[in-house]
Amino acid sequence: MAATDALQTAGRTAVETSAERNERVSAAAYRIRHHALNMGEVQGQGYVGQALGAADMLAAVYADQLRFRAADPHWEARDRFLLSTGHYAIGHYAALAEAGIIPVEELDTYGSDDSRLPMSGMSTYTPGMEISGGSLGHGLSIAVGIALGLRHQGSAARVYNFLSDGELDEGSTWEAAMGAHHHQLGNLTAMVDINALQADGKTDTVLRTEPVTQKWEAFGWYAQRVDGNDVGALLAAFDNAAAQAAVTGKPSVILCDTKVGRGVPLLEDREKAHFMRIEEHEWQTCREQLTAGYEGKASA
Amino acid sequence: MSTTTEAPDTAAAAKPKLKTSAMIASFADPGQKTASAPFGHALVKAAQENDKIVGLTADLGKYTDMHIFAQAYPERFFQMGMAEQLLFGAAAGLAETGLVPFASTYSVFAARRAYDFLCLDAAEPNLNVNIVGGLPGLTTGYGPSHQATEDMAIFRGMPNLTIVDPCDSLDIEQAVPQLAASAGPSYLRLLRGNVPTVLDEYDYTFELGKAKVLRGGNDVVFISSGLMTMRALQAATALAAHHVDVAVVHTPTIKPFDAETVLAEINTDRLAVTLENHSVVGGLFETVASAVVGAGLGKRVVPVALPDEFLDAGALPTLHDRYGLTVDKIVAKVLAELG
Repeated sequence: MAATDALQTAGRTAVETSAERNERVSAAAYRIRHHALNMGEVQGQGYVGQALGAADMLAAVYADQLRFRAADPHWEARDRFLLSTGHYAIGHYAALAEAGIIPVEELDTYGSDDSRLPMSGMSTYTPGMEISGGSLGHGLSIAVGIALGLRHQGSAARVYNFLSDGELDEGSTWEAAMGAHHHQLGNLTAMVDINALQADGKTDTVLRTEPVTQKWEAFGWYAQRVDGNDVGALLAAFDNAAAQAAVTGKPSVILCDTKVGRGVPLLEDREKAHFMRIEEHEWQTCREQLTAGYEGKASA
Repeated sequence: MSTTTEAPDTAAAAKPKLKTSAMIASFADPGQKTASAPFGHALVKAAQENDKIVGLTADLGKYTDMHIFAQAYPERFFQMGMAEQLLFGAAAGLAETGLVPFASTYSVFAARRAYDFLCLDAAEPNLNVNIVGGLPGLTTGYGPSHQATEDMAIFRGMPNLTIVDPCDSLDIEQAVPQLAASAGPSYLRLLRGNVPTVLDEYDYTFELGKAKVLRGGNDVVFISSGLMTMRALQAATALAAHHVDVAVVHTPTIKPFDAETVLAEINTDRLAVTLENHSVVGGLFETVASAVVGAGLGKRVVPVALPDEFLDAGALPTLHDRYGLTVDKIVAKVLAELG
């Protein structure tokens, strides 16, 4: 019964067409974006742009890939999702609410005193937050240890590490990339949000990381590069990664090109900034644009 | 006279024999009782009783005695390569899955290079990650790249971290299973290779978090940790010949510090001296000094410690003498203090 249970908790159903699967994950991504806008409004600012950009990746993980039990975040057999980029917590909290691990109402407390949802994600604060990210370049090293530890103890659980492209500047990311290949951690999947933006500006003006795909391949990983805002492409990449890991035992990376502010044209067109400023009167417009876009796409 | 016709070996014999920095294998005195690789054997023994224990290293297994464990339990040993950030990040990950990792490298690399990873990945979530640091303080003649003279100063500021500075093989043997059994991260200042066995001659057992009085004395009280407890005991014997009666208190756990035991010993009219294999900044001396001030004791404490400098390269005996860690230097300092 464990397998059935696991599938149910991941949100999948046993019989589902590809279109139904895409629609289910897209709907989750829409709700994650909506939650993120609400959280951003309470704060008046924040990492809304990143949350909107990464919402499809988070939805693919929480609505399709991850095996977990919402009522038991420490379930031993759960898959682990590690958020390296602590400032993406706003998007991760939205995904945790979507997954039923934290109540939707609690999202209103984001970034407030005594909240379980601090601005930068921390494992000691939030159910379902596996690590304390924020100091960039840590997640993949921890992921290597967790993947080794799970395999060592005979667990079939998988480890997913969410990184940003800015995080590829950190040497530790590449130490971990080598380690994962050396130890043949086929139970490890990295997801890199390539929004081409970091704190001081565009990634190619701060520190050139391209060619990213070739770098990961040279480090021994099975690398795929996809449109990270295309749910169908993301799900196909996850399926490929699982098939490859089963055959080669290699760790897998899904390199996701995303757009900051995705789903809200007002923000997509705004000058890109690491910490996006949104005026008080604009939040409702953002939500309306998001819903119009989603419903338009759904009915199209 | 022609030197060109001399055989090479004759020429070499004519040169004065140099002390070299290759004399790093052991700080044991000639003829002293030692135990080989006590950490490695203790970890194997602890692993026999606790199947959660695993070992890791960053390309220094042979130099941190981790190779003993790797040979005994190859399936429980993970080589992480010369990548200390990965070493400790992965150790935290292993601990997240319920395992009890012991991760070894040199103290300089653990403290200086990987601090952020230990701090945020192991200490903040209070995971049972055990850092094993080789070459603590001045235990190599290779110069500042290898001499971790400020490792305790760096690590003392890390919340949740237990710091152990063992004196000898017995301390190490007894500390390892206690560190494995204790929740939260730890840092062990490793003594490797042929490690002196000293404390077996005293009524002593290692207890995590406890200072122990090894011998009483009416004139002077030594508060010491690490290999300097061995020197403190030897200096106490030497000072007896000068009719100076010295007590020795061993404080192998630097954090959390057993201030109660130490303050009770210091709060007398005896000369109080701290002895440590570490910079005078941020180590045992300042740990004791802050306890003394915090308790409101107006008591002078004299440090025997390394200077706040980058130290020279050279042979270890030369350097210990140069920087005041030898028995002779300790005796001279105490006699000067007593006037």
